[in-house]
Amino acid sequence: MPEVQVRKKFTAVEEIFHEGGPVSPVPLRRAAALAVIRNPFAGAYVKEIVGFMDDLKPLGLDMAKSLVLVLGGDIKSVEGFGKGAIVGSAGELEHGALWHVPGGYAMREILGGAKAIVASTKKVGGPGARLDVPITHINASYVRSHFDAMEVGLADAPRADEIVLALVMTTGARVHARVGGLKASEIKGEDGLR
Amino acid sequence: MKVKIRKIATFVEETRSEMGRTIDPPTRRAAAVAVIENPCAGKYVEDLSELMAIGEELGELLTLRAVAALGIPPTSVESYGKASAVGENGEIEHAAAILHPKLGGPVRKVLGKGAALIPSSKKRGGLGVPLDIPLGHKDAAFVRSHFDGMEVRINDAPRANEIMVAVAVTDSGRPLPRVGGLKKSEIKGEDGLR
Repeated sequence: MPEVQVRKKFTAVEEIFHEGGPVSPVPLRRAAALAVIRNPFAGAYVKEIVGFMDDLKPLGLDMAKSLVLVLGGDIKSVEGFGKGAIVGSAGELEHGALWHVPGGYAMREILGGAKAIVASTKKVGGPGARLDVPITHINASYVRSHFDAMEVGLADAPRADEIVLALVMTTGARVHARVGGLKASEIKGEDGLR
Repeated sequence: MKVKIRKIATFVEETRSEMGRTIDPPTRRAAAVAVIENPCAGKYVEDLSELMAIGEELGELLTLRAVAALGIPPTSVESYGKASAVGENGEIEHAAAILHPKLGGPVRKVLGKGAALIPSSKKRGGLGVPLDIPLGHKDAAFVRSHFDGMEVRINDAPRANEIMVAVAVTDSGRPLPRVGGLKKSEIKGEDGLR
């Protein structure tokens, strides 16, 4: 399988103090790591692509580590995660699906075995396309306070033969979470759901 | 602090290749953006000194954040820029009051030097409006390799009564500069121009 060629890396960190309500004693932090890579399958239908997932694993681990670092360096402070991909116009949606394994397992591994599935989204788009990366609790998908999303994108990517890969982590609930549901304090943490 | 901040976002971009050519070391740039309450929104206010004071506070805060995000000593910064987007209930003049009278002083204090004008842009816009922060060499505005720009945006800002304020710094110029002009190595650094 082809080597992973990274053209650009991008990191975004948001620190949210309030959203019109009381100022949070601990600001919510959300971070996104993006990598713009060359799509080795652009321009033609390639049947066998699954091996590229293994090639992407080191990049996934690098991105997951960098997110923990920009959020303060302590894996215990990470409570939510998500991932996504934007495939350039000479590729297909299926190429974005290659990110599921290396992106998801990288975050689980770095976070010490998070139990929940990593929420994800993907699309085909041009330079400047925006992606709303969904976010859920790392150990229990049903924790309602942690349902969130972070919009990411780059003005000059993806070019036609590129893919933008994204990982997102957050340090907590929405800043004014108050719509009930399963609470983080009630997690059993057995099945990844509750 | 006088300024009421809802959110701070930082962005780091690292370009490792361009048109198939490796960029070594990669070019890197960072922006820090504050989303603040506009104390003058919704009415005509003659005296904008409150916004000027806010600019002074943000000059220091955002420069510290952007340099920290880049992870380099402040004295290694090569180019800089600033920008502001005012929400729909404010005036362009509010952005001018924040950016121009007092923001530059603390930027230069943090960086140790900064003989050149800090290039700037401003606009009024709605949520998610892109901000193109112009960039120029901090000690000699005529250094052509460092004329550049960085696009940033935050999907939920600026709300009608808010202002986005951004400071960007780099450790480099464009990835493959080759349009001539004054070179970094030729800077005299006396008048801020050459």
